[in-house]
Amino acid sequence: MTIILFSIILFACSMAAGLVGSLTGLGGGVVLIPLLTLVFKVDIHYAIGTSLVSVIATSSGAAAAYVKEGITNIRLGMFLEVATTIGAIIGAFLATYVPTHWIAIVFGGILIFSAITSFSKHHEQIDTAPSGKYAAALRLNNTFPTAGGPQPYTVRNVAGGFFMMNIAGVISGLLGIGSGALKVIAMDRIMKIPFKVSTTTSNFMIGVTAAASAGIYLRRGYIDPGLSMPVLLGVLAGAFAGSKLLVKAKTKWLKIFFAIVVLFLAFQMICNGITNRL
Amino acid sequence: MKALDNYSDRNIETAMGNLLRYGVLLSAAIVLVGGGIYLARHGHEQPAFRSFSGEPKQFTNLAMIFEYAGKGSGRAIIQVGVLVLIATPIARIVFSIIGFIKEKDVLYTGITLFVLGVIIASLL
Repeated sequence: MTIILFSIILFACSMAAGLVGSLTGLGGGVVLIPLLTLVFKVDIHYAIGTSLVSVIATSSGAAAAYVKEGITNIRLGMFLEVATTIGAIIGAFLATYVPTHWIAIVFGGILIFSAITSFSKHHEQIDTAPSGKYAAALRLNNTFPTAGGPQPYTVRNVAGGFFMMNIAGVISGLLGIGSGALKVIAMDRIMKIPFKVSTTTSNFMIGVTAAASAGIYLRRGYIDPGLSMPVLLGVLAGAFAGSKLLVKAKTKWLKIFFAIVVLFLAFQMICNGITNRL
Repeated sequence: MKALDNYSDRNIETAMGNLLRYGVLLSAAIVLVGGGIYLARHGHEQPAFRSFSGEPKQFTNLAMIFEYAGKGSGRAIIQVGVLVLIATPIARIVFSIIGFIKEKDVLYTGITLFVLGVIIASLL
Protein backbone atom coordinates (compact mmCIF):
# COMPACT_ATOMS: atom_id res chain seq x y z
CA MET A 1 0.00 0.00 0.00
CA THR A 2 1.35 3.40 -0.96
CA ILE A 3 1.12 6.53 1.20
CA ILE A 4 -1.49 8.05 -1.17
CA LEU A 5 -3.81 5.04 -0.83
CA PHE A 6 -3.18 4.83 2.93
CA SER A 7 -4.04 8.55 3.28
CA ILE A 8 -7.25 8.26 1.23
CA ILE A 9 -8.52 5.24 3.21
CA LEU A 10 -7.60 6.86 6.52
CA PHE A 11 -9.33 10.10 5.42
CA ALA A 12 -12.54 8.21 4.59
CA CYS A 13 -12.48 6.26 7.88
CA SER A 14 -11.78 9.42 9.90
CA MET A 15 -14.67 11.15 8.15
CA ALA A 16 -16.99 8.30 9.13
CA ALA A 17 -15.65 8.44 12.71
CA GLY A 18 -16.17 12.22 12.87
CA LEU A 19 -19.67 11.95 11.43
CA VAL A 20 -20.89 9.18 13.74
CA GLY A 21 -19.04 10.72 16.69
CA SER A 22 -20.80 14.04 16.26
CA LEU A 23 -24.23 12.45 15.61
CA THR A 24 -24.10 10.29 18.73
CA GLY A 25 -22.22 12.72 20.97
CA LEU A 26 -19.61 10.07 21.79
CA GLY A 27 -16.84 11.96 19.97
CA GLY A 28 -14.52 10.68 17.25
CA GLY A 29 -11.55 9.93 19.50
CA VAL A 30 -13.05 6.81 21.02
CA VAL A 31 -13.12 4.97 17.68
CA LEU A 32 -10.06 6.59 16.13
CA ILE A 33 -7.48 4.93 18.39
CA PRO A 34 -8.81 1.35 17.98
CA LEU A 35 -9.21 2.05 14.25
CA LEU A 36 -5.58 3.15 13.92
CA THR A 37 -4.09 0.44 16.12
CA LEU A 38 -6.31 -2.57 15.25
CA VAL A 39 -7.06 -1.92 11.56
CA PHE A 40 -4.14 0.16 10.32
CA LYS A 41 -1.64 -1.46 12.72
CA VAL A 42 -0.30 1.95 13.73
CA ASP A 43 1.80 2.07 16.91
CA ILE A 44 -0.39 3.10 19.86
CA HIS A 45 1.77 6.12 20.71
CA TYR A 46 1.30 7.56 17.22
CA ALA A 47 -2.42 6.76 17.50
CA ILE A 48 -2.71 8.69 20.78
CA GLY A 49 -0.91 11.73 19.33
CA THR A 50 -3.08 11.70 16.21
CA SER A 51 -6.26 11.31 18.23
CA LEU A 52 -5.38 14.31 20.44
CA VAL A 53 -5.11 16.48 17.33
CA SER A 54 -8.55 15.37 16.15
CA VAL A 55 -10.01 15.93 19.63
CA ILE A 56 -8.88 19.59 19.62
CA ALA A 57 -10.30 20.07 16.12
CA THR A 58 -13.76 18.67 16.89
CA SER A 59 -13.97 20.35 20.28
CA SER A 60 -13.07 23.80 18.90
CA GLY A 61 -15.39 23.35 15.93
CA ALA A 62 -18.35 22.36 18.10
CA ALA A 63 -17.58 24.90 20.84
CA ALA A 64 -17.75 27.68 18.25
CA ALA A 65 -21.42 26.84 17.77
CA TYR A 66 -22.18 26.30 21.47
CA VAL A 67 -20.68 29.49 22.94
CA LYS A 68 -22.88 31.56 20.67
CA GLU A 69 -25.98 29.96 22.17
CA GLY A 70 -24.93 31.23 25.58
CA ILE A 71 -25.28 27.94 27.45
CA THR A 72 -21.59 27.44 28.27
CA ASN A 73 -20.64 28.52 31.79
CA ILE A 74 -17.24 30.06 31.08
CA ARG A 75 -16.32 30.68 34.73
CA LEU A 76 -17.13 27.10 35.65
CA GLY A 77 -15.18 25.84 32.62
CA MET A 78 -12.17 27.99 33.39
CA PHE A 79 -12.13 26.97 37.07
CA LEU A 80 -12.33 23.26 36.22
CA GLU A 81 -9.66 23.65 33.54
CA VAL A 82 -7.18 24.19 36.39
CA ALA A 83 -7.92 20.56 37.34
CA THR A 84 -8.04 19.12 33.81
CA THR A 85 -4.89 20.78 32.43
CA ILE A 86 -2.79 19.70 35.42
CA GLY A 87 -4.29 16.22 35.04
CA ALA A 88 -3.53 16.20 31.29
CA ILE A 89 0.14 16.96 31.91
CA ILE A 90 0.36 14.20 34.53
CA GLY A 91 -1.36 11.82 32.08
CA ALA A 92 0.97 12.70 29.21
CA PHE A 93 4.01 12.04 31.42
CA LEU A 94 2.51 8.76 32.69
CA ALA A 95 2.09 7.63 29.06
CA THR A 96 5.87 7.28 28.78
CA TYR A 97 6.12 4.98 31.80
CA VAL A 98 2.93 2.91 31.56
CA PRO A 99 3.54 -0.22 29.42
CA THR A 100 1.70 -0.22 26.06
CA HIS A 101 -0.50 -3.20 26.85
CA TRP A 102 -1.74 -1.52 30.02
CA ILE A 103 -2.67 1.59 28.03
CA ALA A 104 -4.72 -0.67 25.72
CA ILE A 105 -6.51 -2.30 28.68
CA VAL A 106 -7.31 1.04 30.40
CA PHE A 107 -8.49 2.36 27.04
CA GLY A 108 -10.84 -0.61 26.59
CA GLY A 109 -12.27 -0.01 30.07
CA ILE A 110 -12.94 3.67 29.32
CA LEU A 111 -14.58 2.68 26.00
CA ILE A 112 -17.00 0.32 27.77
CA PHE A 113 -17.74 3.02 30.33
CA SER A 114 -18.41 5.64 27.59
CA ALA A 115 -20.70 3.28 25.66
CA ILE A 116 -22.75 2.52 28.77
CA THR A 117 -23.07 6.13 29.93
CA SER A 118 -24.26 7.18 26.47
CA PHE A 119 -27.45 5.24 27.26
CA SER A 120 -28.04 6.28 30.84
CA LYS A 121 -31.10 8.45 31.17
CA HIS A 122 -30.40 11.94 32.34
CA HIS A 123 -33.22 13.46 34.33
CA GLU A 124 -33.06 17.18 33.80
CA GLN A 125 -32.49 18.55 37.27
CA ILE A 126 -32.25 22.20 38.00
CA ASP A 127 -30.96 22.99 41.44
CA THR A 128 -32.04 26.42 42.63
CA ALA A 129 -31.57 25.91 46.37
CA PRO A 130 -29.29 28.42 48.14
CA SER A 131 -25.67 28.03 47.07
CA GLY A 132 -22.81 26.55 49.09
CA LYS A 133 -19.99 28.89 50.07
CA TYR A 134 -17.38 27.69 47.51
CA ALA A 135 -19.73 27.90 44.53
CA ALA A 136 -20.78 31.39 45.63
CA ALA A 137 -17.22 32.60 46.29
CA LEU A 138 -16.11 31.29 42.89
CA ARG A 139 -19.20 32.77 41.19
CA LEU A 140 -20.01 29.43 39.55
CA ASN A 141 -23.80 29.76 39.82
CA ASN A 142 -25.32 31.10 36.63
CA THR A 143 -28.36 31.09 34.37
CA PHE A 144 -29.09 29.48 31.00
CA PRO A 145 -31.59 30.60 28.35
CA THR A 146 -34.91 28.74 28.05
CA ALA A 147 -38.12 29.48 26.17
CA GLY A 148 -39.47 31.09 29.36
CA GLY A 149 -36.45 33.35 29.97
CA PRO A 150 -33.15 32.82 31.82
CA GLN A 151 -33.22 29.87 34.24
CA PRO A 152 -30.93 30.23 37.28
CA TYR A 153 -29.09 27.19 38.71
CA THR A 154 -26.67 26.53 41.57
CA VAL A 155 -23.55 24.38 41.49
CA ARG A 156 -23.00 21.65 44.15
CA ASN A 157 -20.00 19.77 45.55
CA VAL A 158 -17.27 21.95 44.03
CA ALA A 159 -14.38 20.00 45.63
CA GLY A 160 -15.72 16.60 44.45
CA GLY A 161 -16.27 17.86 40.92
CA PHE A 162 -12.79 19.39 40.81
CA PHE A 163 -11.22 16.08 41.87
CA MET A 164 -13.21 14.10 39.28
CA MET A 165 -12.13 16.61 36.61
CA ASN A 166 -8.53 16.06 37.60
CA ILE A 167 -8.97 12.33 36.90
CA ALA A 168 -10.70 13.11 33.59
CA GLY A 169 -7.65 15.22 32.68
CA VAL A 170 -5.21 12.39 33.53
CA ILE A 171 -7.22 9.93 31.38
CA SER A 172 -7.33 12.45 28.53
CA GLY A 173 -3.56 12.97 28.63
CA LEU A 174 -2.79 9.26 29.03
CA LEU A 175 -5.10 7.96 26.29
CA GLY A 176 -5.36 10.92 23.92
CA ILE A 177 -9.14 11.16 24.10
CA GLY A 178 -11.45 14.00 25.17
CA SER A 179 -12.88 11.91 28.04
CA GLY A 180 -16.13 13.82 27.58
CA ALA A 181 -18.09 11.05 29.32
CA LEU A 182 -16.09 11.50 32.56
CA LYS A 183 -16.41 15.28 32.36
CA VAL A 184 -20.16 15.19 31.91
CA ILE A 185 -20.45 12.70 34.83
CA ALA A 186 -18.46 15.05 37.07
CA MET A 187 -20.69 17.99 36.21
CA ASP A 188 -23.98 16.09 35.92
CA ARG A 189 -23.87 13.66 38.82
CA ILE A 190 -21.46 15.29 41.24
CA MET A 191 -21.96 19.02 40.71
CA LYS A 192 -25.69 18.78 39.77
CA ILE A 193 -25.38 21.09 36.81
CA PRO A 194 -28.24 21.11 34.24
CA PHE A 195 -27.51 18.71 31.37
CA LYS A 196 -27.47 21.34 28.63
CA VAL A 197 -24.92 23.40 30.51
CA SER A 198 -22.71 20.42 31.45
CA THR A 199 -22.47 19.03 27.88
CA THR A 200 -21.55 22.36 26.31
CA THR A 201 -19.19 23.40 29.10
CA SER A 202 -17.52 19.97 28.97
CA ASN A 203 -17.02 20.25 25.22
CA PHE A 204 -15.65 23.75 25.70
CA MET A 205 -13.02 22.39 28.09
CA ILE A 206 -12.00 19.36 26.04
CA GLY A 207 -9.96 21.42 23.55
CA VAL A 208 -8.00 23.19 26.29
CA THR A 209 -7.33 19.91 28.12
CA ALA A 210 -6.16 18.21 24.92
CA ALA A 211 -3.97 21.20 24.00
CA ALA A 212 -2.10 20.81 27.33
CA SER A 213 -1.09 17.22 26.56
CA ALA A 214 -0.74 17.73 22.78
CA GLY A 215 2.22 20.05 23.40
CA ILE A 216 4.01 17.28 25.29
CA TYR A 217 3.15 14.64 22.66
CA LEU A 218 4.37 16.91 19.87
CA ARG A 219 7.73 17.49 21.55
CA ARG A 220 8.14 13.77 22.21
CA GLY A 221 7.58 13.00 18.52
CA TYR A 222 4.22 11.21 18.93
CA ILE A 223 2.43 13.49 16.45
CA ASP A 224 3.19 12.31 12.94
CA PRO A 225 2.29 14.72 10.11
CA GLY A 226 1.55 11.86 7.70
CA LEU A 227 -1.14 10.56 10.09
CA SER A 228 -2.45 13.92 11.36
CA MET A 229 -3.13 15.20 7.84
CA PRO A 230 -5.80 12.68 6.69
CA VAL A 231 -7.23 12.25 10.21
CA LEU A 232 -7.56 15.98 10.96
CA LEU A 233 -9.17 16.79 7.61
CA GLY A 234 -11.39 13.69 7.69
CA VAL A 235 -12.67 14.16 11.25
CA LEU A 236 -13.38 17.86 10.60
CA ALA A 237 -15.28 17.11 7.38
CA GLY A 238 -17.26 14.38 9.17
CA ALA A 239 -18.06 16.52 12.21
CA PHE A 240 -19.15 19.39 9.96
CA ALA A 241 -21.46 17.10 7.98
CA GLY A 242 -22.76 15.73 11.29
CA SER A 243 -23.63 19.18 12.63
CA LYS A 244 -25.65 19.84 9.45
CA LEU A 245 -27.43 16.46 9.67
CA LEU A 246 -28.15 16.50 13.38
CA VAL A 247 -31.56 18.13 13.06
CA LYS A 248 -32.87 15.63 10.51
CA ALA A 249 -31.34 12.30 11.52
CA LYS A 250 -32.97 9.87 13.93
CA THR A 251 -30.09 9.26 16.29
CA LYS A 252 -31.58 6.53 18.51
CA TRP A 253 -30.70 3.52 16.30
CA LEU A 254 -27.44 5.08 15.27
CA LYS A 255 -26.55 5.44 18.93
CA ILE A 256 -27.32 1.76 19.62
CA PHE A 257 -25.33 0.67 16.57
CA PHE A 258 -22.39 2.88 17.51
CA ALA A 259 -22.39 1.69 21.13
CA ILE A 260 -22.21 -1.91 19.90
CA VAL A 261 -19.27 -0.99 17.64
CA VAL A 262 -17.56 0.76 20.56
CA LEU A 263 -18.11 -2.25 22.85
CA PHE A 264 -16.69 -4.59 20.20
CA LEU A 265 -13.62 -2.34 19.81
CA ALA A 266 -13.27 -2.17 23.59
CA PHE A 267 -13.08 -5.98 23.90
CA GLN A 268 -10.63 -6.12 20.99
CA MET A 269 -8.39 -3.56 22.70
CA ILE A 270 -8.54 -5.41 26.04
CA CYS A 271 -7.86 -8.80 24.40
CA ASN A 272 -4.93 -7.40 22.46
CA GLY A 273 -3.69 -5.71 25.62
CA ILE A 274 -3.85 -8.91 27.66
CA THR A 275 -2.16 -11.01 24.97
CA ASN A 276 0.37 -8.19 24.53
CA ARG A 277 -0.09 -7.87 20.78
CA LEU A 278 -0.19 -4.08 20.49
CA MET B 1 -24.58 45.24 37.78
CA LYS B 2 -25.81 41.75 36.89
CA ALA B 3 -27.12 42.92 33.49
CA LEU B 4 -23.79 44.57 32.73
CA ASP B 5 -21.97 41.35 33.60
CA ASN B 6 -24.11 39.33 31.22
CA TYR B 7 -23.69 41.86 28.46
CA SER B 8 -19.89 41.79 28.49
CA ASP B 9 -19.94 38.00 29.00
CA ARG B 10 -21.95 37.63 25.81
CA ASN B 11 -19.58 39.85 23.84
CA ILE B 12 -16.63 37.73 24.93
CA GLU B 13 -18.54 34.57 24.02
CA THR B 14 -19.34 35.76 20.50
CA ALA B 15 -15.73 36.80 19.91
CA MET B 16 -14.59 33.41 21.19
CA GLY B 17 -16.97 31.51 18.96
CA ASN B 18 -15.58 33.28 15.89
CA LEU B 19 -12.01 32.83 17.06
CA LEU B 20 -12.46 29.06 17.47
CA ARG B 21 -14.09 28.70 14.06
CA TYR B 22 -11.46 30.70 12.16
CA GLY B 23 -8.64 29.00 14.05
CA VAL B 24 -9.86 25.55 13.02
CA LEU B 25 -10.43 26.62 9.40
CA LEU B 26 -6.97 28.22 9.17
CA SER B 27 -5.38 25.09 10.60
CA ALA B 28 -7.25 22.85 8.14
CA ALA B 29 -6.17 25.07 5.22
CA ILE B 30 -2.50 24.91 6.24
CA VAL B 31 -2.68 21.12 6.73
CA LEU B 32 -4.28 20.79 3.27
CA VAL B 33 -1.44 22.74 1.62
CA GLY B 34 1.24 20.78 3.50
CA GLY B 35 -0.58 17.53 2.80
CA GLY B 36 -0.64 18.27 -0.93
CA ILE B 37 3.13 18.83 -1.01
CA TYR B 38 3.77 15.75 1.14
CA LEU B 39 1.64 13.46 -1.06
CA ALA B 40 3.16 14.85 -4.26
CA ARG B 41 6.67 14.08 -2.98
CA HIS B 42 6.21 10.95 -0.90
CA GLY B 43 2.83 9.61 -2.06
CA HIS B 44 4.29 6.54 -3.72
CA GLU B 45 6.46 5.44 -0.82
CA GLN B 46 5.41 2.87 1.77
CA PRO B 47 3.92 4.10 5.07
CA ALA B 48 5.94 3.23 8.19
CA PHE B 49 3.83 3.70 11.30
CA ARG B 50 3.90 0.16 12.64
CA SER B 51 6.69 0.68 15.08
CA PHE B 52 7.35 3.75 17.13
CA SER B 53 10.61 5.48 16.39
CA GLY B 54 9.71 9.08 17.28
CA GLU B 55 9.59 11.95 14.85
CA PRO B 56 12.84 13.64 13.76
CA LYS B 57 13.70 17.02 15.28
CA GLN B 58 12.34 19.04 12.34
CA PHE B 59 8.82 17.88 13.23
CA THR B 60 9.00 18.25 17.03
CA ASN B 61 11.03 21.36 17.81
CA LEU B 62 9.05 24.62 17.48
CA ALA B 63 11.84 26.64 15.85
CA MET B 64 12.82 23.82 13.50
CA ILE B 65 9.22 23.17 12.39
CA PHE B 66 8.99 26.78 11.18
CA GLU B 67 12.47 26.64 9.65
CA TYR B 68 11.62 23.51 7.58
CA ALA B 69 8.14 24.80 6.73
CA GLY B 70 9.84 27.90 5.30
CA LYS B 71 11.98 25.62 3.15
CA GLY B 72 8.77 24.10 1.76
CA SER B 73 8.78 20.75 3.59
CA GLY B 74 5.21 19.39 3.29
CA ARG B 75 5.34 17.56 6.61
CA ALA B 76 6.71 20.60 8.46
CA ILE B 77 3.85 22.68 6.99
CA ILE B 78 1.36 20.07 8.28
CA GLN B 79 2.99 20.45 11.73
CA VAL B 80 2.51 24.24 11.50
CA GLY B 81 -1.19 23.53 10.87
CA VAL B 82 -1.23 21.27 13.94
CA LEU B 83 0.45 24.05 15.97
CA VAL B 84 -2.21 26.54 14.81
CA LEU B 85 -4.81 24.04 15.98
CA ILE B 86 -3.14 23.69 19.40
CA ALA B 87 -2.93 27.50 19.56
CA THR B 88 -6.69 27.90 19.02
CA PRO B 89 -7.80 26.94 22.54
CA ILE B 90 -4.77 28.82 23.93
CA ALA B 91 -5.91 31.98 22.11
CA ARG B 92 -9.33 31.41 23.62
CA ILE B 93 -7.76 31.49 27.08
CA VAL B 94 -5.96 34.75 26.27
CA PHE B 95 -9.28 36.23 25.11
CA SER B 96 -10.91 35.19 28.38
CA ILE B 97 -8.15 36.89 30.37
CA ILE B 98 -8.82 40.14 28.51
CA GLY B 99 -12.54 39.73 29.18
CA PHE B 100 -12.04 39.09 32.89
CA ILE B 101 -9.67 42.08 33.19
CA LYS B 102 -12.32 44.28 31.53
CA GLU B 103 -14.85 43.02 34.06
CA LYS B 104 -12.33 43.77 36.84
CA ASP B 105 -12.70 40.15 37.99
CA VAL B 106 -9.40 39.67 39.82
CA LEU B 107 -10.15 36.09 40.91
CA TYR B 108 -10.87 34.81 37.40
CA THR B 109 -8.07 36.79 35.82
CA GLY B 110 -5.79 34.90 38.22
CA ILE B 111 -7.39 31.50 37.60
CA THR B 112 -7.22 31.95 33.81
CA LEU B 113 -3.61 33.17 33.95
CA PHE B 114 -2.77 30.03 35.88
CA VAL B 115 -4.38 27.78 33.24
CA LEU B 116 -2.47 29.67 30.53
CA GLY B 117 0.76 29.16 32.50
CA VAL B 118 0.16 25.39 32.75
CA ILE B 119 -0.41 25.07 28.98
CA ILE B 120 2.59 27.21 28.05
CA ALA B 121 4.76 25.16 30.40
CA SER B 122 3.63 22.01 28.54
CA LEU B 123 4.75 23.48 25.21
CA LEU B 124 8.22 24.58 26.33
